[in-house]
Amino acid sequence: MNVALVKNDSGPAASSVFAAAQGRLPGTGKVAEIRRDAFAAFERTGLPHRRIEEWKYTDLRALVRDVLPLAGAPDAAALARAKAAVAEAAIEGATKLVLVDGVVATDLSDLAALPSGVTVRMLRAVLDEQSNDSRADLLLTKTSDPMLSLNAALVTDGVVVTVADGTQLSSPLQLIHVATASKAARYSRSHVRVGQGARVTLVESAIAAAGAAAYQANDAAVVWVGDEAQLSHVRLMRDASDAVNVSSELFTIGAKSRLNLFNMTSGAAVSRLQAFFTMAGEGSELIVNGVNLLRDKQHGDMTLVVDHAVPGCTSRENFRAVLDDRAHSVFQGRIIVRQDAQQTDGKMMTRALLLSDEAEADSKPELEIFADDVSCGHGATAGALDDSLLFYLRARGLPEKQAQALLIQAFVGEAIEAIEDDHLRERVIASAQDWMEARA
Amino acid sequence: MALLEIKNLQVRVEEREILHGLTLTIDAGKVHAIMGPNGSGKSTLSHVIAGKPGYEVTGGEILFKGEDLLAMAPDERAAKGVFLAFQYPVEIPGVATMTFLRTALNAQRKARGEEEYSTPDFLKKVREISKSLNIPQDMLKRGVNVGFSGGEKKRNEVLQMALFQPSLCILDEMDSGLDIDALRIAADGVNALRSPERSMIVITHYQRLLNYIVPDVVHVMSKGRVVKSGGKELALELEASGYAQFEDAA
Repeated sequence: MNVALVKNDSGPAASSVFAAAQGRLPGTGKVAEIRRDAFAAFERTGLPHRRIEEWKYTDLRALVRDVLPLAGAPDAAALARAKAAVAEAAIEGATKLVLVDGVVATDLSDLAALPSGVTVRMLRAVLDEQSNDSRADLLLTKTSDPMLSLNAALVTDGVVVTVADGTQLSSPLQLIHVATASKAARYSRSHVRVGQGARVTLVESAIAAAGAAAYQANDAAVVWVGDEAQLSHVRLMRDASDAVNVSSELFTIGAKSRLNLFNMTSGAAVSRLQAFFTMAGEGSELIVNGVNLLRDKQHGDMTLVVDHAVPGCTSRENFRAVLDDRAHSVFQGRIIVRQDAQQTDGKMMTRALLLSDEAEADSKPELEIFADDVSCGHGATAGALDDSLLFYLRARGLPEKQAQALLIQAFVGEAIEAIEDDHLRERVIASAQDWMEARA
Repeated sequence: MALLEIKNLQVRVEEREILHGLTLTIDAGKVHAIMGPNGSGKSTLSHVIAGKPGYEVTGGEILFKGEDLLAMAPDERAAKGVFLAFQYPVEIPGVATMTFLRTALNAQRKARGEEEYSTPDFLKKVREISKSLNIPQDMLKRGVNVGFSGGEKKRNEVLQMALFQPSLCILDEMDSGLDIDALRIAADGVNALRSPERSMIVITHYQRLLNYIVPDVVHVMSKGRVVKSGGKELALELEASGYAQFEDAA
């Protein structure tokens, strides 16, 4: 390998980070080998930059610069701070699975009170098992991406969740990522397998405990939605305002099933959700709604790749960005329709609301269609609040900020409405309102 | 007593003067019609009273209940009792009519230092008004004016008027785009709101509307000024002879 030939600012720092982390990374043998290969794959590019097409608008080399050292295992004080943050983020009635700085915190999680049909193991424990060679695949994905490779190299823990066939969960599972460390990085990877005919609501929250600043989060989730299963997945990203969060999610969707993903990002200085969906069974439905609420110099990226590998599936993507100050939002949507995937119905829409002249929205929709009997389309808009609507509201007595807030709420409302769970939807609406109230 | 006093008002839009020294006084409890040809400045006048951005007042003043109206933001004017019924009410997708009505009413009450309405009181009030205006309840659940017909949009304006109880109502071309039945329902709604404390400015191109909302005073506007004022018979006179005579007068 000609690693040394690649000019790479993050190279030396990253390799020393990897070397220093060795003692903390679970797994030996095959697992360790996969980690080394993954790190080598990362090193070939280093932090992704604008010359890598998929990262054109989110140049981590410019935005992030360094790969920070791995966060230490959380101590008692860190766990106490995490506990307070978790209490605030917890969804009423949800089964909590808490990771602190990339390590499962058993005391903060509801592992002893799991709903029937649900089993949870810690990735760390699985990788450390003697017979771990058979589970080394937990670190492998068919998607290649530098940040996903870095995740495989440095992952410390995660949850491995199995929901048995036919299980109907009446309350959500909530995966909570808490940062307590500052100027350190975390790498987690979780696996969720939703059995045939099962119904699950999975909430994923990213939050910072008091005092956590300038951290880097790299969390991955690998999710299987079984045949005739339904998964509602709601992500609420409220990282510290100077943090970096790169999340990768990989979904494989079986036949006659339904995945409804909602993501709202209002935190982090730099964030990206890259989600890869494989429609692997016929007659399934994918719904993705995303909202970015960004201000100051925040940079938020949502990148979606939908692979229609089989016939007769529908996918709907709807993305809304509200951008104030000098914020920058990116939407990239790629829909691939394989030759066999006839009767595919795939559509995406992205809209940006610019509240300031200096805000920026980029969108890159791509359709790659190899089948001939399909219905696919995309649309994109960007603009300011409509003055005629604002005047109407003000003429009815709403002060300027309140009139703006009502219109912003309406703008994001269409995406938020897709959340099926009433309680969760109300939480998300309240969270969006908090963001707007902070504008004044 | 004068509710609204407009003195020598001069207004520009992008370097072009639209109102050239307009003077008009409206007493409490009176209905004034303002008629005039297209381009005479009728809608500009209504927009300036309501505070729409984009108009530059270069001279004159507007006093509302003795206060300087031009110094107030549009929402302050609404809270003080100015209501403009739009010629073309906008559609606001994603904002349910009920939410809008309640937010607006409570914003006005808050600005006046009054207590906000409780939910049951508010709902009761809206139901009563919408029933009298023949507005179905499910319309109120939809986005503001989204998918409403022209008549429904105008009735929604009248509903707001009835709910907010303003002291000055400006009806900008309320008859535009309405058939006779829709016009009658909207006009009945307006007439029900006539009271000794409430004044109205009815802006219209045609005399037809004034058969339904009978004015106390009629003004003719031409080229940015009021060129003639008279009783309700002036409207009939205009219907017969047209506006041409005033084009020269201005």
